[in-house]
This record gives sequence, C-alpha cells and structure tokens, in this order.
Amino acid sequence: MRYVDEFRDAALGRALAGEILGAVEPGRHVKVMEVCGGHTHSIYKYGVDDLLPENVELVHGPGCPVCVIPMGRVDDGIAIAREPGVILTCFGDMMRVPGSTGTLLEAKAQGADVRMVYSPLDALRIAKANPDREVVFFAIGFETTAPSTALTLKRARAEGVTNFSCFCNHVTIVPPLRALLDSPDLRLDGFIGPGHVCTVVGARPLEFICADYSKPVVVSGFEPVDILQSVLMILRQLADGRSAVENQYRRVVPYEGNLRALEVMAEVFALRPHFEWRGLGFISHSGLKLSDDYAELDAERRFAVPGVRVADPKACQCGEVLKGVIKPFECKVFGSACTPERPIGTCMVSSEGACAAYYNYGRFARERVVV
Amino acid sequence: MSDTAAREARVLDIIETARGKRPKFRDEQITMAHGAGGKAMGALIEGLLLPALTSPALDALGDAGLVGVGGAALALTTDSFVVKPIRFPGGSIGELAVNGTVNDLAMAGARPVALTLSLILEEGLSAEDLRAEVEAIAEAARAAGVAVVAGDTKVVERGHADMMYICTTGLGHVDPRAALSPSALRPGDRLIVSGPIGAHGTAIMLARGEFDLDATIVSDTRPLWPAVDALLARAGAGLRCLRDATRGGVASVLNELARASGVAMLVQEAAVPVDPAVAGAAELLGIDPMHVANEGVLVAAVAPEWADAALAALRGADGPDGGAFARAAEIGEVRTSPAGMVLVETGFGGRRVLDQLVGDPLPRIC
Repeated sequence: MRYVDEFRDAALGRALAGEILGAVEPGRHVKVMEVCGGHTHSIYKYGVDDLLPENVELVHGPGCPVCVIPMGRVDDGIAIAREPGVILTCFGDMMRVPGSTGTLLEAKAQGADVRMVYSPLDALRIAKANPDREVVFFAIGFETTAPSTALTLKRARAEGVTNFSCFCNHVTIVPPLRALLDSPDLRLDGFIGPGHVCTVVGARPLEFICADYSKPVVVSGFEPVDILQSVLMILRQLADGRSAVENQYRRVVPYEGNLRALEVMAEVFALRPHFEWRGLGFISHSGLKLSDDYAELDAERRFAVPGVRVADPKACQCGEVLKGVIKPFECKVFGSACTPERPIGTCMVSSEGACAAYYNYGRFARERVVV
Repeated sequence: MSDTAAREARVLDIIETARGKRPKFRDEQITMAHGAGGKAMGALIEGLLLPALTSPALDALGDAGLVGVGGAALALTTDSFVVKPIRFPGGSIGELAVNGTVNDLAMAGARPVALTLSLILEEGLSAEDLRAEVEAIAEAARAAGVAVVAGDTKVVERGHADMMYICTTGLGHVDPRAALSPSALRPGDRLIVSGPIGAHGTAIMLARGEFDLDATIVSDTRPLWPAVDALLARAGAGLRCLRDATRGGVASVLNELARASGVAMLVQEAAVPVDPAVAGAAELLGIDPMHVANEGVLVAAVAPEWADAALAALRGADGPDGGAFARAAEIGEVRTSPAGMVLVETGFGGRRVLDQLVGDPLPRIC
C-alpha cells in the first residue's frame, strides 16, 4: 500500500535498530511505556520487540479502550440490551468482555438484540432503519473515538432521530497517566505518546509528564518504523538528559490538536466527577458523560441502569498489567484460567489488550525456534 | 536465564500443554462463535461431537470421510450453506453450495462424482430468487463435473429461516495417486497456497453494506478439483496433505495441520499473496487476511523436493496463463519446534505467533 509500506520497511527497521543499539547507555536498563493499545498491537503484530536490544524494554500502558471498562459498566450495558424493544450496538470486541453475569455475546444468544457496528454512524443508521425500536450505542474509547460519537449525537439531533441514545463510557488519557506516574511501584524512563489521541487533543496535554515528572515523551505513529524511531528519540533525550514532548507523528498530529473536534466534544460531553477504571479504581475527572444539553440522548437517563459497582475478579491482575507493573505472563491466571477463549480480564479480550496481544502474537520463546 | 524469563518459559509450557489437549466444550449455550471456524467451533466438534459419534473416518477430522465399499475407495462429505446475502460479487449461495461440497471431496484426494441437495426455503421467498439459485446450482454442477442425484425440499414459516439454506452431501472417488493425511507433515516440508487469500470473506462483508467502502472485491468461489488433479499428476508422490482454507482462513488450516502432525511452521508474511483491495479492506477492518475465509483457495503441504513441481502444476492447472491458480505461492515451511505452533516472519523482520481466532468477525459467510 502506498504511503504505508515505507513505514513497514525491514531495511529501515534494521537501520533504526542499529541506531538504537548505539544510543542506549551500556549497562542501563531502559523502560519505555507505550501508552496506547494501538502501539501494543503493532509491536506484537510486527515483532518490533525482536529488533530491540535486551536492555530496552517496552512496557504496555493503559490506553486500550476495551481493557479499561469495569465489570459494572458491562452489566449496565447488558441490562440496557435486555430492555424490551432495544437494539444495543457496540464494537465487536466489547461483545466478549465479561460482566458479572456473562457477556453481551451470551446475552445475544439468550435473546437480546445486540449488534456489532464499526462506527457510531452505523448505529445511527440502524436507528433510522428501525424507527419502532430503541437503538443504543455502547460508546467506548479515549479522545480518539469520542469526537465521532459526538458528531453522531449532533447528527441524530439535527435529523430528529428520537429512538437513538448513547451509553457513554468515553474516557480521557491524562488522568490515568498522572495516576500511573504517581504510583510508587512503577519505574519508567519515558513514554511513547498516543498518536491517535494526540491527533485530537494535540501534544500539549502531555507536557506535564516532562514538567512535573522529568520524563521524555515522543508522540508516535503506529507503523513499526514509527515506533522504533520514537524509541530512538526517547533514548537520545535520555542520553542528553532532556525531557521534552517531541512529535514523531507530525504527518498526522498537529501540536495543538484538532480544535474543531475539541469544540464538538466540549459541546456534547461533560466531565464526570469520577469514573471507575478496570483494575485502576476510581479516577477523578477521567470519564465523559453527555452534557446537560444532550441529556435526552443519554441512555443512562432513558433506561433504568443498575449502576452497581462490581469488584474486579480477585484472581485478575488487569490493573497491574494496565499500569505496566507486571508483564501479561506474570499474572497468576494468564494462559491457564484466563485465555482468549474464556477471558477473565479485559486485557485478554481486545486485540489492543496487552494480554491478548501477547497471547495471540508474542507467545513463544524466541530461542526455541528450530529449523 | 533471569527469573522473569524462566517464569515466561514456564507459563508458555503450561499454555502449550493445554493447547495440545483435546478442547472441552464447556459453554452453556451456542453463540455465533461456535459456527465461525475458530477455537470455539473446534471445542464444539472435538469436545462434544467427536466423543459421541466417534468412528475411524470421523476421528481423522478430514474435510471428507473415507469409506470403502466393495473394494471402491469413496469419500463422503456433507455441508450446509447459510450465507447472507444469498447473492454477492462473484457468486451466490447455489454456486457456493456446489463448490464448497466438491472442494471438501477434492481435499480428500477424491474426484467429485455426485451430490445430493436439500433446500430449506423461507415462506415468502420469491420464485425469481429460487429459480436463479437453482440455475446457479445446475451451472456449477456442470462446471465441476458432478451430477445431482437426489434432493429434498422443506419450507418453514417466514422468519424461521433467512430466505434459503442449502444442505448437501457429496460423494467422490478417491484417486489412487493420493496418500494424504493431516498427520503426515515432516520438518522441511513446504507450504503452498493456490492463490491470493481473503477474497471471499471480504467480498461478503462488503456485500452486506455494513461497511462503507468503495472497493470491488469478488468472491473466489470455484471448484478446486482441477488444481488437485494437476498436483496429483505432477507432484502426487510428494503431496502430504490438502486443505481448503474456508472459515478461519489459512491460519486455521495451518494450526490444525501443525497440531495434527506435531510440527512447527514458519510462514513468510511477505510471500503470502493478497490482492491490494483485500489487504486494504482487511487493514481498515482490523482483520488479518490469514483469518479470512476463502472458497477457492487450497493449502498444500509438500515434501521439499516436490515443491517446485507442485507450484508449477498449480500455476498451469487452469490453462497455461491467467488461470485461477496462476498466483500460487510457497508461503513457508515446516519446522520441528515449537511443536503445534505456527509462527510468522513479518515483512518487517520480526516474528510472531499466528493462532486461530476464538470466533470469526464475519458470521454466516458460507
């Protein structure tokens, strides 16, 4: 594919790997967190970590939209799906996330009308095609997907679609990053910044990582060459003793973000005082709800949602995985009780989840591959 | 080895031991995942159906069962078709029913001989739609050289089926040149696909109109016996096993063969033929073409010294040039370790596992 293949070029990758080897301080073990699940997916899909020296370690971060959804919210979604006349629409991965009494996929098999969509606009289209049904969109994701939900809600209102509403689970990236940086059990040397989120919010909101915590940040694209180059840029900052927000993904990310998208979000959404994250607990000002102006499109007001907080399963260590404190295989239930077939934790569901990515792509000992 | 690396190695061993065991069927109800050609379907077949219905032919888990009748070596298979929509670019449910059935026979090394046909029709189906599908069945049967020898028709109330479903039985004559088994793969064997992958599943996906994508992708539904016939003629002695890569795609086939033979596989991602439109659509949908269904692509495992002959046989199987199998390609080879696992060398130079999916992102594609 044009404009993509050059970012997957093996020779370029090898050249960058050579530069990385030269840039890392000998004897030092460098831990770099890729914040976004999209990066985690790319790293495993292309085998990017195969090209890194042993003392440069990539740590998976909290930026996987499916992974951060707590069980109680899944239960709420299932409760809405079971309301008479409702069509619940969601992204495919969301259907397999376990709540306390099962998944949306199981609710579908029991008679709930749950449909997979690829975008909120698909959900709106279903609403228009089924005027006698209530169509609810189970919205998840960071600032990357929030604008498209916002635009869809604006369009629903403009077109007078009254049988459409949104079960809003959008979250923001800065509060969990700050929580992470404040947690005592984590030592990180730098961050690969979330390219897609920054397309919307810009790179400026990440400056606190440098100002308050003196860690380098490089906003990165999602192709393997992007990721290697970003690692190199972080290593160079470390070698120079600098900590700045640098933008490797300039071909897409304007430093100031997308003002139009931010305006739409500000119109449609409001910050929740606090929102629960899977494994991370409640984080202040980290979740979005529909603004008062859009209250009539809020599924949580239209339907009786249980809203019961459900504790994470005891055995599940998704929280530690999301914080990068442990590797997926260090979780007590990884690969035994928790597998992609029967996930316990959210990280084992989405292809952007660290556990699923490791299980599906990274699960082999490199030294054992025999001709 | 560091503590962490030792722990990783231990966990990996536990996982592989678990994967090596026959999967258990523990679900409380059937979900769409159980029909999708991935791990959930594997658990249903190996955990529920096989233990209850065991027979030597069934336990071999081939695309068709082998039956000896009075000295004749026969292959018998059955299939059902529930594809939605019933017509799509490059084919329709009737054509798919014939090709899908004769291809299961061909993968057993059997020349297709006869079909039976069972139609389940929804009340209200238009006669025009039915007539078109009957004609498609007749045309596909002629092209595949099989006779439809028996049939059955049922009608169910509106809403109890979706337009029409087709069930078939296929009977084939096992070719004496064929000695195929999923457990016959040996380290060094080469892995060949008969053409570009991922077209059928992507074509159905786009035909449903659920995704706004302006691309023309045509299903690859076609009979595979001509390809198998050519392989048997020119590389029969080196042919270990054949599989058509339907639901679950090439990835599912490779994993099943790696497990059955207790071998590893290393696939060169850059060598796998994928049409640009399919690659682009798959990329947008976040799907690996290796997991997408085909209806006219076979995977062959061939002894290394026969690999070139097999490739040449395939490329010429449908005419000297421009034929259906002209882009057949060697995509990888069989290794010893890690046994039961398929690894991909990415175009970028790293390596990763290529596993089966739990379910398929695209239900009801055949």
